[in-house]
Amino acid sequence: MRAMVYRGPYKVRVEEKDRPRIEHPNDAIVRVTVAAICGSDLHLYHGMMPDTRVGMTFGHEFIGVVEEVGSSVQNLKRGDRVMVPFNIFCGSCYFCVRGLYSNCHNVNPNATAVGGIYGYSHTSGGYDGGQSEYVRVPFADVGPTIIPEWLHQEDALMLTDALPTGYFGAQLGDIVEGDTVVVFGAGPVGLFAAKSSWLMGAGRVIVIDHLEYRLAKARSFAQAETYNFTEYKDIVVEMKKTTGFLGADVVIDAVGAEADGNLLQHITAAKLKLQGGSPIALNWAIDSVRKGGTVSVVGAYGPLFSAVKFGDAMNKGLTLRMNQCPVKRQWPRLFEHIQNGYLKPNDIVTHRIPLEQIAEGYHIFSAKLDDCIKPVIVVSAA
Amino acid sequence: MPYTAKKPLAPPSSPELRARIPGWGADLDPANRPSVPRERYDPDVTGAHWDLPEQQPETRPRERSIEHQRLTPVFGTSTPPKGISGAMRRYAYGRFSEARAAHWLTLIAADRVDAVGSHLRSSLTLHPDNPVTETGVLSEWRHKPVSSRAGSRRADLHHNWMDPFIVVGPWIAAAGIIWLAARTLARVGRR
Repeated sequence: MRAMVYRGPYKVRVEEKDRPRIEHPNDAIVRVTVAAICGSDLHLYHGMMPDTRVGMTFGHEFIGVVEEVGSSVQNLKRGDRVMVPFNIFCGSCYFCVRGLYSNCHNVNPNATAVGGIYGYSHTSGGYDGGQSEYVRVPFADVGPTIIPEWLHQEDALMLTDALPTGYFGAQLGDIVEGDTVVVFGAGPVGLFAAKSSWLMGAGRVIVIDHLEYRLAKARSFAQAETYNFTEYKDIVVEMKKTTGFLGADVVIDAVGAEADGNLLQHITAAKLKLQGGSPIALNWAIDSVRKGGTVSVVGAYGPLFSAVKFGDAMNKGLTLRMNQCPVKRQWPRLFEHIQNGYLKPNDIVTHRIPLEQIAEGYHIFSAKLDDCIKPVIVVSAA
Repeated sequence: MPYTAKKPLAPPSSPELRARIPGWGADLDPANRPSVPRERYDPDVTGAHWDLPEQQPETRPRERSIEHQRLTPVFGTSTPPKGISGAMRRYAYGRFSEARAAHWLTLIAADRVDAVGSHLRSSLTLHPDNPVTETGVLSEWRHKPVSSRAGSRRADLHHNWMDPFIVVGPWIAAAGIIWLAARTLARVGRR
């Protein structure tokens, strides 16, 4: 089969690989129709995540058609069109039965601090991902769901990670009516977090980034106020000014490991890999939120330490909330929001790229060319 | 001002927001939020029909964190460890817990060794690595390379010049290894 393969930092190609096979009775093999490149895939692409091996196939956002099922699979059959959450989870461990699907303890031998994620290094379990023609989907009775007839395939694709993660980020903020919410990052997750903040009753939603075209999207798609941090000497001071020097009630970090805005932090983390991530957005969040406020983190960071301003967080009495999103838990409510017209997920898709040109897709997304917000990889016919 | 009890700036009224923003307040009640409360014990909703999943066969020794009591019932089988980088990975997993920086730094070092070794091995095949096509840099000319950057205040322009060095670094390292090996062999041959 044809599959994207990692060849080292900043290098990927498409090559022939063996088709995945059933390795556990509850496995399914899914033929991928469309996949997406996630902002967090760029952390792998840039060589930031430990134990990212040459030869691995990335891709934790994909949908497809069931090709084969294992002997114990009861809920799916060959030919079903399925959407697959980025989390791999067993449904029965201590964490899964409490709804913490992203923290499953039965799927990742390589680390106890994170569950299983498709195509996200061995730190997340060593599973090949869905930027390929076929993918092995463990726990087929637990993770995948048949795509409803009314759901557009690109909406289904956005539901595998970006939309639920943004929506989850807003929930982690514990927003109450009239709250001022600041979102750092106007990528797909930040856009969805901003949009979702209104659903939770925010009174103001402010989005911060350095890419003007993404801020324009935040204004049109998420009805947000926007700030380009490069236009201000100190974005934290601007956030204080715009909130009457109180600070925001809730701040969401939707940037993660490769945040820009401080050259030293960025280089030590993203280039030299001496930190788990560049915590610029997180530190700005800690300083921009009001005392007693909440910082929600849905940006992805590596497992190594990062230089976080923890003293300010303690002194301000902040609540810090974070997790990888338990995707499937969000789906029923998000289906309602899409059917009601409150959310239009595929509005953020900007590029559709054939699998054979995936190296170009990574470069366009990484270099932020051509107003790229969300690239979709077209793998095979539905 | 926060120096008095009142919130400094009042937000727009709820009716105003409801009229302007589609769906505003639909999830105002925390009961409508699917991840509230964070932990909700409900073993019947996941679709699992087992107490403990059946064990996936371990067809080769599978490296695992020493913070795990056992091999997890299911695990990924992509890209088993191999060569020098594989030995480094096995050492990192066998020796250090996830709490130790040495664990992660060894794994990152193994990633770099893996990249150099893979480039060397690929040069001996009919499908060698090609830094031009694999970096996707050829897409530049069709995707507004100048207007995407010029005239903007993008913060990443301050450090993007470093990226080519990261890309060619493994090639330079590989060339250095080949040169050292050739020199050593030549000296041995002269003796």
